[in-house]
Amino acid sequence: MTNKKEFPKRIEDNLEGTIAFSVPFPTGDDLSVLKQMSPIVVKQPYSIDYNYSYGQDSPFFAALANGRFIVSRNPKSGYTYANPRGHDMYTGTENEWVEIKPEGKIHAFTVCHFGSETFLPECPFILILVEFEGCDTLFLARLVGVDPDSANIGWIGKKVKGRFLRNSKLKPTDIYFNLAD
Amino acid sequence: MRPVYAVSGGVSKFAKARPDKTFQGLVKEAYDYALADIGIDHPQFLELVDGTIASYFSDHFTRQLMAGIMAHDYLGMSPKPSHRVEGGGATGGICFQEGWKAVASGYMDTCLTFGFEHMSHVETWKGNEFIALASDVSFDYPVGGFYSGYYAMMVTRHMAEFGTTVEQLAHVSVKNHINAYHNPYAQKRQRLTVEDVRSAPMVAWPLTRLDICVMSDGAAAVILCSEEGLAKLEKAAGRRLPRVRVTGIGRGTDAMRMADRPHQSLEDFYKYNALPNEQNDEARAYYKDLWDKGFRYPGVHSFRAGRMASYEAYKNAGITDPLNEIDFVELHDAYTSSEIQTYEDMGLCRYGEGGPFAVSGKTFMPGLDYGLNLPEKPACPVNPSGGLIACGHPVGATGLMQAVFALWQLQGTIEKHFGDPALQVPDARRGAIHSHAGTGTYVTVSILEQEK
Repeated sequence: MTNKKEFPKRIEDNLEGTIAFSVPFPTGDDLSVLKQMSPIVVKQPYSIDYNYSYGQDSPFFAALANGRFIVSRNPKSGYTYANPRGHDMYTGTENEWVEIKPEGKIHAFTVCHFGSETFLPECPFILILVEFEGCDTLFLARLVGVDPDSANIGWIGKKVKGRFLRNSKLKPTDIYFNLAD
Repeated sequence: MRPVYAVSGGVSKFAKARPDKTFQGLVKEAYDYALADIGIDHPQFLELVDGTIASYFSDHFTRQLMAGIMAHDYLGMSPKPSHRVEGGGATGGICFQEGWKAVASGYMDTCLTFGFEHMSHVETWKGNEFIALASDVSFDYPVGGFYSGYYAMMVTRHMAEFGTTVEQLAHVSVKNHINAYHNPYAQKRQRLTVEDVRSAPMVAWPLTRLDICVMSDGAAAVILCSEEGLAKLEKAAGRRLPRVRVTGIGRGTDAMRMADRPHQSLEDFYKYNALPNEQNDEARAYYKDLWDKGFRYPGVHSFRAGRMASYEAYKNAGITDPLNEIDFVELHDAYTSSEIQTYEDMGLCRYGEGGPFAVSGKTFMPGLDYGLNLPEKPACPVNPSGGLIACGHPVGATGLMQAVFALWQLQGTIEKHFGDPALQVPDARRGAIHSHAGTGTYVTVSILEQEK
């Protein structure tokens, strides 16, 4: 006997495509029942690879890739941004790059137990804003090597020290922080 | 500038998911409600409306560019003028103010502002990612882009600066959820306790799931008019409509990377940021003491944009003592902590006093049982509707939802619209609405007043 493949009478609902069988629709001329119809929901995948430029901020990432940490200082006023910033917001003039030791204190923190899809596998993770001596603004980074379940307000003020990823990914996470003590 | 009146509004039901309608259908719900409330039909309104302003936050959620014109077109408004505004969480508040400008400037006599968001197209964690793309994608997003995490860092700093407690935060959640219990438009109508809030799953320490608003599908619409526009609407409606005038708008901004925000001196705070009710010896002594202890402004514990929006709006509306001169506030409580921070920005209390103020009772509704021991009487109910935490936060609609609820308060029509009088603020004559984006990057404050 030949093994004849049998087609199923009904294909179960799924969200995987737009080819559907047996979508209910009135057979007669009365279409008023369509007002009671459930909505049709389809899946639409969406994916993009951007060719994203760091532009004038690129030297910051080059520095991280070489295990160095540079900040933006205004030569006129001395105002120093811990984050890259091409121009000063007060004088409007161009900033210069200055190398500092990535050592400072925790200004604020949180432990993320949930997050964006991209970062879900990394939960729980700790975010900190770091205060550096000689910088007027703060720096956002990850704190590593601390038990996320021990979060308490006493973390604020603790000394931290930056460490660099061995293999740069050209992202701001190329630097992360540990407690210094 | 000409006087501008908020004449009518409508809100769709906010829900976790509204697959039954496209965004156009949701906007139509809110629009139809606004027209029905003044008793005119669409063809009549089309003869009178000069144009629209559309509000939605994210092209990613909608998966559709130029959705603003599509909703305008669906309503039958073409070929009248329109544009879309976008400013993160403050998109709705900005839309309301752009409508105000269109009318105040004389460009339009009647302007329809509408807003929507259809967030259920993606799962919550993907939605978090879309929202986090409204942070600097070079420096903030890649470190762990998550808005709840950003706000939680602000909370820890607020706690360290001022001794604010998680129980004080939880009081805001209890208040807003219990208020929403009486609001049929709200997404979450729950009678919570402080213990419920603290025992909910931790999202970003110290904020739990009940300290944070949820994603929603929804729409809202507001009709704004000049005196001439109002007279024409009244003629069409065949009756006099309640007068609610927008007496002041204000908007402030701050650096997108909150790490970049300044830590100003006391002198600069007084020069640029202090409100009229802080210009006295007692307040100066209070702030000098704060600065002596190391406080710097705004840092990451305070929203300078919220302060400047309040400053400008109060100046325009002639408010010098906000707690006593404003009868209620609908403010952007995407997080319980933001509500506490915003009390301070809006001058309902001083910087540093937000925590104790939250548990004082002053921001609660009179006549409702919150199951809490509140030492003081209500002075200025905050988020009588239930706020974003309980009503939901379909981003582009939220700021306009606040305007609709404020309008109904000032008309004294809450019972009519909610089917329950519990949330009517007694003798509400002046209200403030406050819309906020991206850790305080854009903030709008608008003042609405009953005019006899």
